[in-house]
Amino acid sequence: MRNVSLSNISRRFVKEDGTHMVALDDVSLEIDDAEFVCFLGPSGCGKTTLLRIISGLDQPDEGAVFLHNEKITGPGPKRGMVFQEYSLFPWKSVMENVIFGPLMSGMKKKDALKEAEIYLELVGLEQFKDSFPHELSGGMKQRVAIARALANEPEVLLMDEPFGALDAQTRNVLQGELLQIWEKKRITVLFVTHSVDEAVFLADRIVMMSSRPGKIKTIIDVNIPRPRGRTSLDVNVLRDEILQILSEDKEK
Amino acid sequence: MAQTHFHNIKSKSVEIFSILSAIIIWQLIAVYWVKNSFFLPSFTDVTFAFFTVVTKQDDFFLFSRDIQLPVLVVDLLYSLLHFWIGLLSALIVGIPIGMTMGWFKIVNRILDPLIEIIRPIPPLAWIPFAIIWIGLNPMGAGFVIFIGALFPIVINTYTGFKGVPKVYVEAAKVLGCNRNIELMRYVALPSSLPSIAAGIRIAMGVGWMCLVAAEMFGVSRNGLGFKIWNHYYHHSMDFVLVYMLILGFLGLFIDRVLRYYLEARLLKWRAGVMA
Repeated sequence: MRNVSLSNISRRFVKEDGTHMVALDDVSLEIDDAEFVCFLGPSGCGKTTLLRIISGLDQPDEGAVFLHNEKITGPGPKRGMVFQEYSLFPWKSVMENVIFGPLMSGMKKKDALKEAEIYLELVGLEQFKDSFPHELSGGMKQRVAIARALANEPEVLLMDEPFGALDAQTRNVLQGELLQIWEKKRITVLFVTHSVDEAVFLADRIVMMSSRPGKIKTIIDVNIPRPRGRTSLDVNVLRDEILQILSEDKEK
Repeated sequence: MAQTHFHNIKSKSVEIFSILSAIIIWQLIAVYWVKNSFFLPSFTDVTFAFFTVVTKQDDFFLFSRDIQLPVLVVDLLYSLLHFWIGLLSALIVGIPIGMTMGWFKIVNRILDPLIEIIRPIPPLAWIPFAIIWIGLNPMGAGFVIFIGALFPIVINTYTGFKGVPKVYVEAAKVLGCNRNIELMRYVALPSSLPSIAAGIRIAMGVGWMCLVAAEMFGVSRNGLGFKIWNHYYHHSMDFVLVYMLILGFLGLFIDRVLRYYLEARLLKWRAGVMA
């Protein structure tokens, strides 16, 4: 079943001198249910803009995004999002952050608290439910952000370089945890990254984008069985291939 | 328990020494050099005056009931009444104005020019209008304090709302919090609380100054400021000094209580944001 469908999306930004900058040019893509798709490309290729359009935080100038044949017109709880910056509300405790979405959609507080326990357990932070964000490390903050996004039971999880600000160790750990969560919940994950390693380790499909104007360059099916090693032969061959494509882009 | 108290006193010995010497020097200058209790009342004059105002009784009218209380307590109650009338109305009016100005650009464009024109007028310049619009009563004095406290509250609320980090707003939106009223209530307001709290502290300082001035100008027939002027008319400068010191201590006390309450309770999450 087609879950997310992008049809002919274009997005232009008006610069201060009045000229246009084409961030996305006629992008179309079909994404299956429970698929893990990584968007990979150099900075300025519009991958974050694309994710923001899917989330509804930004609107395309042309084209439309459909979620189960329903046109997306604005942000909503069906599409959870994890941001690159730390986006936890600093004035709320971990638990209050996680129940925020369910409370907003009208769930009773008692039920929301019970649900939230499950998600905090899923990211391994149930002992930290009464802590405040400033007491957590970067990796813990992003785990809570994932739990908060999942608590709304979204159909799609949008992740905008969520591990970009973390150190390499923590990053690897969180990638592994994310895959476990994804396998358990079977939801669609759309993941923006500029790290080839990350994309190869995580994705079912890698959508490679080129910049100015932002377009889909190629789509690579990652047929490496899971669990994947980080340094196996298959992985390294694919990584090489992708780096090759990226460097072509640079030479142009 | 007693030991820790003793230890606290010991660790503050320099501070205590400083205050005690200031009192002794003041007393010596007043008695042996100035020798004129009208020009400079001594520490002992002021202490006697203080005992007079706490022992003498006066009438306090509460809901048209006459209650007998010490003079100082009556003055204090009137001043606090003026102060809270002014501050509370400034909060009730100022916070919503600041919120809408910070959140909706068009409201800012409408109100900002008016505020920029009215704001530089010193609050005390409103005293004549306070008297003819409202009269010589607690509300009239409260109005002057209201004017003084309003602008710091409006401006700090506005600054807080304008500076809400975009990522919090977007995070709330994707979590299903989409209406302006919800975003203001659940995201912008808590995010702005530190700025609003700072505004309230400034407003209380300004309000305190306005209070004394308004009472001195006779907008009210009661209160600490009124008593300063009244005692000056009667040339009892020792009483003037008592009321001056009380105003100082009260200002300090209110500021400390507010700071403790806001920073320890409301804003404990700030510890990490500040660091």
